[in-house]
Amino acid sequence: MSSPAKAMRSRIGEIVGAANFTDDPAQLARYAVDGVQPSAAVRPGAANEVAELVKLAVAEKLAVIPMGERTKLNIGMPPARYDLAIDMTRLDRVISYDPGDLTLSVEAGIPLAKLAATLAEHKQFLPLEVPFHERATIGGTLASGVDSPLRQMYGTARDFVLGMEFVTGDGALAKSGGRVVKNVSGYDLHKLMLGAIGSLGVMTRINFKTFPLPAELRGWLAGFTRAEDAFAFAQTIRKSPLAPRTLEIFDMPAAAILDAQIPVGRTEWNVAISAAGNGRVLERIAGDLQNLSRNANAAAFHALDSSAVASLLTANREFPALTANKFTDCVIAKITTLATQMAETVQLLKSIAAERGLPCAVLARGVGVIYFALLLTERDATTMERVTQCAREIVSVAGKNNRGMILRSPLELKREMSVWGAPREDFPLMQRVKQAFDPHGIFAPGRFVGGL
Amino acid sequence: MVFERLNYSSTNMDRHLLSELERFLGKDAVLSRPEDLLLYEYDGSVEIARPQCIVFPRAAGDVVRIVGLANRYKTPIVGRGAGTGLSGGALAREGGIIVSFARMNQILEIDAENQRAVVQPGVVNSDLNAAAASAGLHFAPDPSSQKACTIGGNVSENAGGPHTLAYGVTTNHILGLEMVMPTGELVRIGGKAVDAPGYDLCGLFVGSEGTLALVTEITVRLTRLPEAVKTLLAIYDRVDGATETVVEITGRGITPAACEMLDGWTLRAVEAWVHAGFPLDSAAVLLIEVDGLREAVEQHAKEISEVCKTHGAREVRVARDAAERDLLWKGRKNAFGAVGRLSPTYYVQDGVIPRTKLPQTLKEIDRIGKENGFEIGNIFHAGDGNLHPIILFDARDPKQFERAVSTADAIIRFCIEMGGAITGEHGVGMEKDRLMPLLFTEADLALMRRVRDAFNPAGLLNPGKIFPTGKGCGEVRIRPMPQRGEGNSAPATGRDFA
Repeated sequence: MSSPAKAMRSRIGEIVGAANFTDDPAQLARYAVDGVQPSAAVRPGAANEVAELVKLAVAEKLAVIPMGERTKLNIGMPPARYDLAIDMTRLDRVISYDPGDLTLSVEAGIPLAKLAATLAEHKQFLPLEVPFHERATIGGTLASGVDSPLRQMYGTARDFVLGMEFVTGDGALAKSGGRVVKNVSGYDLHKLMLGAIGSLGVMTRINFKTFPLPAELRGWLAGFTRAEDAFAFAQTIRKSPLAPRTLEIFDMPAAAILDAQIPVGRTEWNVAISAAGNGRVLERIAGDLQNLSRNANAAAFHALDSSAVASLLTANREFPALTANKFTDCVIAKITTLATQMAETVQLLKSIAAERGLPCAVLARGVGVIYFALLLTERDATTMERVTQCAREIVSVAGKNNRGMILRSPLELKREMSVWGAPREDFPLMQRVKQAFDPHGIFAPGRFVGGL
Repeated sequence: MVFERLNYSSTNMDRHLLSELERFLGKDAVLSRPEDLLLYEYDGSVEIARPQCIVFPRAAGDVVRIVGLANRYKTPIVGRGAGTGLSGGALAREGGIIVSFARMNQILEIDAENQRAVVQPGVVNSDLNAAAASAGLHFAPDPSSQKACTIGGNVSENAGGPHTLAYGVTTNHILGLEMVMPTGELVRIGGKAVDAPGYDLCGLFVGSEGTLALVTEITVRLTRLPEAVKTLLAIYDRVDGATETVVEITGRGITPAACEMLDGWTLRAVEAWVHAGFPLDSAAVLLIEVDGLREAVEQHAKEISEVCKTHGAREVRVARDAAERDLLWKGRKNAFGAVGRLSPTYYVQDGVIPRTKLPQTLKEIDRIGKENGFEIGNIFHAGDGNLHPIILFDARDPKQFERAVSTADAIIRFCIEMGGAITGEHGVGMEKDRLMPLLFTEADLALMRRVRDAFNPAGLLNPGKIFPTGKGCGEVRIRPMPQRGEGNSAPATGRDFA
């Protein structure tokens, strides 16, 4: 491993100040990514400092991983090289917020919770209900590409990020997009940064469209004995005019994981729905849902009070975190498919796990996203062999429309397979993107799809 | 400011290239006579550039071969849908081959259950909507040109439209693309399912103005048609009343499906032609639409009506039926046609500002117009702050064209000062490339160029677009008014190439 510590210490100190630099192994432990520890970590306080750090990294051939609160750093492959951690948590300011225009510009290291509090003062919010919400930063959230149950209504970050400033692999501070809600000036380069786990650059500032907080929320929970019925019910809701805010389908093992938080039914399958609106709108939705559930062979149908709606959203949002708390060695896969193929895909995933005798849990979103968890309590060699075989099949689960990846797994699994699945025909285009953004290959080398 | 004619290349097309194109596409799929070329030298903008031939592929394989030939002969290629664009995006600025997708116009699949459609790029926007309507669905982006413009063109320009206020622009509705790269490969990105692992290539290619790839197939998201729709026409004696209404509707967190404004000058021009029922003596009208569940629509319409009245609307009319609603929208969507009756040449800008800045920006546009001796009409997507000031000028007077452009530039500069952007939905193309340095630094543009060069290394695909060609930093140059029939490279006798 190259040792930037001594040679670089004074130069880095000049850029960020000595107090914001460490090469003390005890302190560096928390910056480890998949067991690989950097030789130094820095906490820049401004975008131009990040740019200077990247220039230095290029000159000294240092591999860099940018990060926020490190809650989702286990997404991706172990780094092939890793010298310098760039901790972005000092860049935590709101740069501008125009509540009347519903637009916002923030530094990348701002915690979601702090931002949510600022927006709530103006009865607004960002629809980013993502795992580890209490600690996560906005930059880490966008870089990790994790989704939110609220995508049913609001879409994902690509739908409400308006512009971004970032440092590219040559140390240039660049930007794309803007601060207005409609804009086609130049290439939408910021969309490439979303979900790229820091492999293209370091986000320093992000502009968003904000949303008004709904006046009132209601929720409902329908129980089913068969997966087909649960997914068919969800599909009926998608095709109805009801436009729910969230629409989640989960099985009994997933309900047990969420259980501490919400009063779930005792049925094999559950469909949880929430909706926003005024009293008359919510009455209408409640009535329609009750009728639809009856026609869909629901075994149970309950209305949830507002506190249950809130804890349901929190539980759904935190599903990966709750699963990992209970089953430290769990494997969580994310499979996307068509709405009409969700039931059969879930059955297939379950049979793959059952064949290997591995317990599993399913939480799915109505838009066609399935979280499939293998609930492991041990990671001995024979178990890991079965898990690896199982995981390989999961990421390439049948169906030409499906896409799969492993969101979280023990390190042993990553030694055996790529969590991103096999590169697809668009991989050569991704290589060209990487080359344009990071010509020296200094950002998170080896962590992204196909070893990018 | 430097006035300088840009250097249009004018090499005649190699006759071997033409005959090779004809050999594999068929003679009826290649146009090169001067009278044919004339029809492809313009689009909806004020720009002019003449291609040397137009080809009509029927399949992605044809496009692969066209691109291969273009590379072999080092000839520029430009994709084109219906040519309704407003920034010169589909013009052959440096000559070469226009690839018209007019014959790749099949709707390949409407997957109603999954709310997806797969289409060829030449499918007309309203044809897709008609096909989806029977399943209770629509393709949400609805540019005013939707009866003519194609989905391929919508993808290239990341087109908007009135209803994108609530539903989002084209990029929010595109899930997958099949493309022919300028280097000749046929590649698929994305697909019917969401969130494919890897970089969001769809997010990059949509809106890249035909500079990164030629799109040969598109997978789109369809959206459920609303259960109920209400269209309101709020009539004002003061322009400020209308703009203040928009500020308050936005601030209250009400998102109408559409919120359009026409000022008095524009609505009178429209009314004279369309007879939509816009009151001739008003200073401005807002055309506001709310849609969704019946119960929600009732409530939002009531709330919006109240806001309109608070800000001095003298009357708020609600369209009683679909016919009245269609008439109001006909007035809006045919506005540019109506302006065309007053003047054969006009210049429309596409600036965007934060919604809170609407009142002061409209005042400034008025001031800039008066200062330069132009009356400027305003018709625009008020709800998302996307302005379309219209400047009428006389094309016979080259000085007037230059002054119209510099007036429009002054408006754009003000938009940028307000924290806005140079184009909300029309694209940069060859019209606003010179304005890019007002918004982006050298570093921003250098990265965008690197991305372009990564996919379009020889620069043969749609050259001369988006990126400023000026040497000096921030130097803005204005071309003289392009004249029809004086586009680049007019070959004397087209049949020579046959």
